[in-house]
Amino acid sequence: MTTPLLRMTGISKAFNGVPALARAELAVDRGEVHAIVGQNGAGKSTLIKILTGVYQRDEGEIAFDGAPSTIASPREAQERGVSTIYQELNLVPLRSVTENVVLGYEPRTRWGTIDWRGAHRRTGEILSRFGVDIDVKAPLATYPTAIQQLVAIARAVSLNAKLVIMDEPTSSLDEREVEVLFGVIRELKNSGTSILYVSHFLDELFEICDRVTIMRDGRTVGVANIAETTKLDLIAAMLGRSAAEIQTAGMTELAATGDRSGELLLEAEGVATNRRLRNLSLKVRRGEIVGLAGLLGSGRTEAARAIFGCDKPTAGRVAMKGTAIDCPRTAISRGIGYLTEDRKAEGIVPELSVRENMTLALLPQLSRMGLVDKAREREIVERFIRSLGIKAAHMDQKVSELSGGNQQKVLLGRWLAIQPALLILDEPTRGVDVGAKLEIQAIIRRYVDEGCGVILISSEFQELIEGADEIVVLQEGESVRTVSNPGVTEDMLVHAIAQPKAKEVDA
Amino acid sequence: MSRERSSAERGVLLQNPLSGISLRRHGGLIALALLLLFNIVFTRNFLHMQTLFVNVSQVATIAIVAVGMTLVIATRGVDLSVGAVMALAGALAPLIFMSSFGRANPGLGVALAIIVPLLVAAACGLFNGVLVAFLNVQPIIATLILFISGRGIALVLTNGNLQTFSNPIFSFLGTGRILGLPFQGWLALAIALFFAWLVARTLYGRYLLAVGGNETAAGLAGVPVRTVKIATYVISASLAGLAGLIVVAINSASDAARIGNLMELDAIAAAVVGGAVLSGGRAPILGAIFGAVFIQLVRYTLLANGFSDEVALIIKAAIIVFAVYLQQASRE
Ligand SMILES: Nc1ncnc2c1ncn2[C@@H]1O[C@H](COP(=O)(O)OP(=O)(O)OP(=O)(O)O)[C@@H](O)[C@H]1O
Ligand SMILES: [Mg+2]
Repeated sequence: MTTPLLRMTGISKAFNGVPALARAELAVDRGEVHAIVGQNGAGKSTLIKILTGVYQRDEGEIAFDGAPSTIASPREAQERGVSTIYQELNLVPLRSVTENVVLGYEPRTRWGTIDWRGAHRRTGEILSRFGVDIDVKAPLATYPTAIQQLVAIARAVSLNAKLVIMDEPTSSLDEREVEVLFGVIRELKNSGTSILYVSHFLDELFEICDRVTIMRDGRTVGVANIAETTKLDLIAAMLGRSAAEIQTAGMTELAATGDRSGELLLEAEGVATNRRLRNLSLKVRRGEIVGLAGLLGSGRTEAARAIFGCDKPTAGRVAMKGTAIDCPRTAISRGIGYLTEDRKAEGIVPELSVRENMTLALLPQLSRMGLVDKAREREIVERFIRSLGIKAAHMDQKVSELSGGNQQKVLLGRWLAIQPALLILDEPTRGVDVGAKLEIQAIIRRYVDEGCGVILISSEFQELIEGADEIVVLQEGESVRTVSNPGVTEDMLVHAIAQPKAKEVDA
Repeated sequence: MSRERSSAERGVLLQNPLSGISLRRHGGLIALALLLLFNIVFTRNFLHMQTLFVNVSQVATIAIVAVGMTLVIATRGVDLSVGAVMALAGALAPLIFMSSFGRANPGLGVALAIIVPLLVAAACGLFNGVLVAFLNVQPIIATLILFISGRGIALVLTNGNLQTFSNPIFSFLGTGRILGLPFQGWLALAIALFFAWLVARTLYGRYLLAVGGNETAAGLAGVPVRTVKIATYVISASLAGLAGLIVVAINSASDAARIGNLMELDAIAAAVVGGAVLSGGRAPILGAIFGAVFIQLVRYTLLANGFSDEVALIIKAAIIVFAVYLQQASRE
């Protein structure tokens, strides 16, 4: 146990002259679960991508498994025993689960053809170790994001890695699945595999990690044994401030202040769609946050899609201030914005710039006779980059070059820019760091206090409990009950979510 | 995965004075320069005005069609029907101005002989666009329908005959000169500049890139995805129609079996050499013009140096593959 499995020293990397990493350090021991934390854009993903050969470093040394590392491509990394689950999943949605797991490393039969039977069996085995029993021959896209995430992890595990890297693996998992994942991590650890773990959920680290490396502005500012540190210390080190200054951190900024009895904005009645939504009813008034709670697969995202007009209702109706919504275009023109859950597939246009991504929904209002008013566009984008604290080299930088959390802020900007009367937010703070999370929550709160309405979907109970005025609970595509603030507790919410439909809880 | 190497990172390469001109980055330009050099040395009379005229007048049609193709490719599509649409438009024009009505009203006859074929071409584009946007037919299949039937219709219209004519007004499209250079060269230039402006500055341009870059996200942001796609196929077909008219005007003859033959391949190659990627989301219009010039020059070089048609085709294919490789490598 003298030499660590991985040691990266003095790693520097600049993109277009802008430094992303400045002499960063990282050491991971054998059989250890090691966390990296830091604000959005601190350089976590970049450090990982340098290790796995996606980017080439400008400076620095990497030693892996006792020898200087010459890994030059992700494929080589996998062959050396470094498997990675990237922040933005890189799977092939239309191929089967098995194909996604074995892609590029298909088992062969004696005849040199692909051994599909063996592949299916092995994939099934790995996934059932995760407690996931699904048809591995079905296309990946038929499963929810969480399952897809586990498939990505299965892929890494199937490659018998020495080091498994997970960049924000839990951001799309619900509590039960997180437990499953942690089980897998512990099992990997016991078999001697090291795990490098990036997450903005600091509580998780204390549950699963041994040591933590803290990064700020491309530098490594500290390494600590998790048992000897506190959440407050971590946040302080990440932000570069003293612990006393940020005593309040960790609570949400959503808590209601004003009153709420505004005009009715949106009404959904008995809505069903072909996408697992069976019976949704809810009302949103001005100045109100309505939360949607439920287990994964309970139809929260489907509810959002139905309200925004993405899926045609097969029953019931959705009306915004009395007029029906039938497609996203009308929804937007009626003043509804929808921040989607899956930022890569449904949010960003990777080839376009930060500016072009941010004004995509606003564009009709920015143009006269088909001509885009670029001066006004720049002015608006400038304003949102500042007010959302987006970290980008400049507004014409490709959005795909931004860190995950900053991409999320660009998308939030896209919707705030149209000054919507109603904003649907599906996991709005996913992937954003603690500091930015509070900022985003504060922005949402301010916006609601100005008399707008919000529908909030969040897997973080704290966000719902503190933020939402009403929480609509969904079960199997049906809105079964509503709990109202003030007075909602976590217990109450858990109870409301888990309780079978027939019995009512009082709130 | 190496795709993830960023534009910014490549920018650094460019700024580094030591790296200077790299084969990867300037592959296309280097290939063009080599081709010019080869011609100056080996091709007789290459540096004559006449050579320039011939090349400009021939490159114009490829360039015009390649502009439309670039837009279609930007939506993640492809338009195989451009050659057939050229034939259709080209076959119609003489039928109109040589009809008894056309002879009786020469001015109106020529005007109609330009407008009607363009409208027919636009209708072809509408057909392609509706198949792609509303019926979700794969673009390659959707445009294959007109690829096969369009030329057939043109042949039926003309009974398969070669139509020759002499109509100086109409022929201006193909043989006119402005400031000493062929009219269609100016036309192609104007079209390229117009569409480059369209892509860079208008709502349509932004929507085009968004649809090609991430259709789902674009739809959710309120982009009228179907309208954008249909408009793009209509533009492509209309430009093909115009190119068909030019070809007929150059020859003062219309042969439905030959107009625009293999044009779809030239146009796709020009677009891709110019930097279009089949995965959509980029529309380098001026690149397409560069690509068209490159392809025309390859064709001319082979012809002028006496290669037989078959051999010329093979060599052309090889050179295009190489150019595309360089072009794509610079993007990796
Ligand atoms: N391909 C790229 N081109 C240009 N700049 C980049 C590129 N990739 C990352 N950067 C920049 O490097 C910095 C570090 O980004 P990185 O993705 O490593 O952050 P992170 O710590 O993973 O953040 P997050 O928590 O938001 O995922 C950011 O400022 C980002 O804009
Ligand atoms: Mg990251």
